Amino acid sequence: MSGTSMTFAQKILARRSGKCFVRPGEIVMIGPDHLLTHDNTAAIIGKIEKELDRYGVINRDLPVIVLDHVTPAAAEENARQHQRIREFVRRFQLPHFFDVGEGICHQLVVEKGLALPGQVIVGSDSHTCSYGAVNAFSTGIDRTEAAALMLTGETWLKVPETIRIELTGKLRFPVSAKDLILQIIGELGADGANYRSVEFHGRVGTLSMSDRFTMANMGVEMGAKNAVFPFDEVTGQYFESIGAGLEENHPVWADSNAEYERTETFDMDRCGLVVALPHQVDRVQPVKEAAGTPVQQCLIGTCTNGRIEDLQAAARILKGKKVASTTRLLILPASRSVMREAVRTGIAGILLEAGATILPPGCGPCLGAHQGVLAPGERCISTANRNFRGRMGCKEAFIYLAGPATVAASAVTGTITDPGEVL
Amino acid sequence: MKVWVYGDDVNTDSLFPGKYTYTCSTPEEIRPHLLEDLDPDFARRVRPGDIILAGRNFGCGSSREQPALGLKSAGLQAVVAAGFSRIFYRAALNQGLLLIECPEAVGAYREGDPVEIDPEKGKIRVGDRTFTFPEMPPEMMRIVRAGGLLPFTREKLKARDADALSPSIE
Repeated sequence: MSGTSMTFAQKILARRSGKCFVRPGEIVMIGPDHLLTHDNTAAIIGKIEKELDRYGVINRDLPVIVLDHVTPAAAEENARQHQRIREFVRRFQLPHFFDVGEGICHQLVVEKGLALPGQVIVGSDSHTCSYGAVNAFSTGIDRTEAAALMLTGETWLKVPETIRIELTGKLRFPVSAKDLILQIIGELGADGANYRSVEFHGRVGTLSMSDRFTMANMGVEMGAKNAVFPFDEVTGQYFESIGAGLEENHPVWADSNAEYERTETFDMDRCGLVVALPHQVDRVQPVKEAAGTPVQQCLIGTCTNGRIEDLQAAARILKGKKVASTTRLLILPASRSVMREAVRTGIAGILLEAGATILPPGCGPCLGAHQGVLAPGERCISTANRNFRGRMGCKEAFIYLAGPATVAASAVTGTITDPGEVL
Repeated sequence: MKVWVYGDDVNTDSLFPGKYTYTCSTPEEIRPHLLEDLDPDFARRVRPGDIILAGRNFGCGSSREQPALGLKSAGLQAVVAAGFSRIFYRAALNQGLLLIECPEAVGAYREGDPVEIDPEKGKIRVGDRTFTFPEMPPEMMRIVRAGGLLPFTREKLKARDADALSPSIE
């Protein structure tokens, strides 16, 4: 062991706080590259009205604001908040604003090139950890901290211990990255990575950018502060495809002899299809054991699994088939560009033919505010990230989490179904 | 003073349902919905000075701050838990709500035990046993002492103003 070797989190936080070396437990002050806020921007700026009048926003480039949580507005109160946010954006001439219909904040931050390798991003949404997919350090904070950041541009972070996850083998359809990360969370537990940084090592080159997004996104469901992948050819190609320049970009990765709290190995060859049972993300079980459970709603989409690859997996299962009359299938694309791609490639047509309802890009029913709230006693199988009691608007409903192929197969039969059964 | 006892993994939807996230933001709006899906009695009967005692991973899930803001404004003395989820821990600190991570104290509690907390000395008494909990790092204590992150930030901005106004010595 070398005294100066560092993990990803140590290295990036040292660099950003102007130090050569930091150790886990140390507290550093950092100025993030971006601060993400969404519909909650209205509440955030409401806390600092006087200060905004006097000091303004510290740096116009800092905030990224996306209207996605309750969009299009479900009630007058939401509409008023959106209106207030638009006025704020105009007043301070903030360049990174995405209005209703553009998509889910996390998808947009990555798609629009606002999260670059080696950057530090914080956001007042727990799934801000998603940008580890593109080798950024990103983590969730609360509204009050977002308010303070608008004024000062800086905050403190405690350098976390790191868990190294070593991946071997390769995933094979219909098993997806969602099955893999649910299995990892099932093993580690809902607080298994609490306060920790999670690094993915090993055969990560076999995972697409969409797979990595799904896995980094779910990091917080095991309590992780951040979850991150190395920068490699897949990352490079992704940035090329979105036309984001990486000239000034500095990827960061752990030293080979960095010190880890522990290392866990997962064999992707042996990863099977799984579901998380109500009401905890870490209650993970093989699909075969839950098979036959009736479901009244199926949801494919959200920031976890709303990319074109996910809709494509669903279309592979649903092509030429019909959604069972005992259930309903909702499709929630993660962004306008995902929706456009689904239309262009014919995927949207296949899903509509099968009897799916396509919702506007946004967070939709995932947080239970609108567009697919459940009734008491109903069960929903969903590709979202959380199955807590009450999450989809009804405390007497039950949510199962799974990958897109399993949810699509379940829509065909109206019961939890192994995709192999309907292929 | 009442001790409200809950188990492991009390998540943010249990503490404050997500469906109200964009319609309730002020303490007055939040308080009636606190712990609504977990314990319908809580919001009606919680009194200033009460304590929540819970298991592991308290506050896991969403980054919504209504749980921390609501519990602080209800006058809760502290949440004592075997462990806290990271974003909730930060949100509570930013509201100036006292959190005590002490699995031993949680394990020692039996129904009806009196619980007494001395934050200055870092001591918690459960029944006839006393446990200690570590002091917060100074960076965090400054925020708690100021009464939360926003008062702390206002002080910081004012100090900057004062620096800018004071004549420079050359």
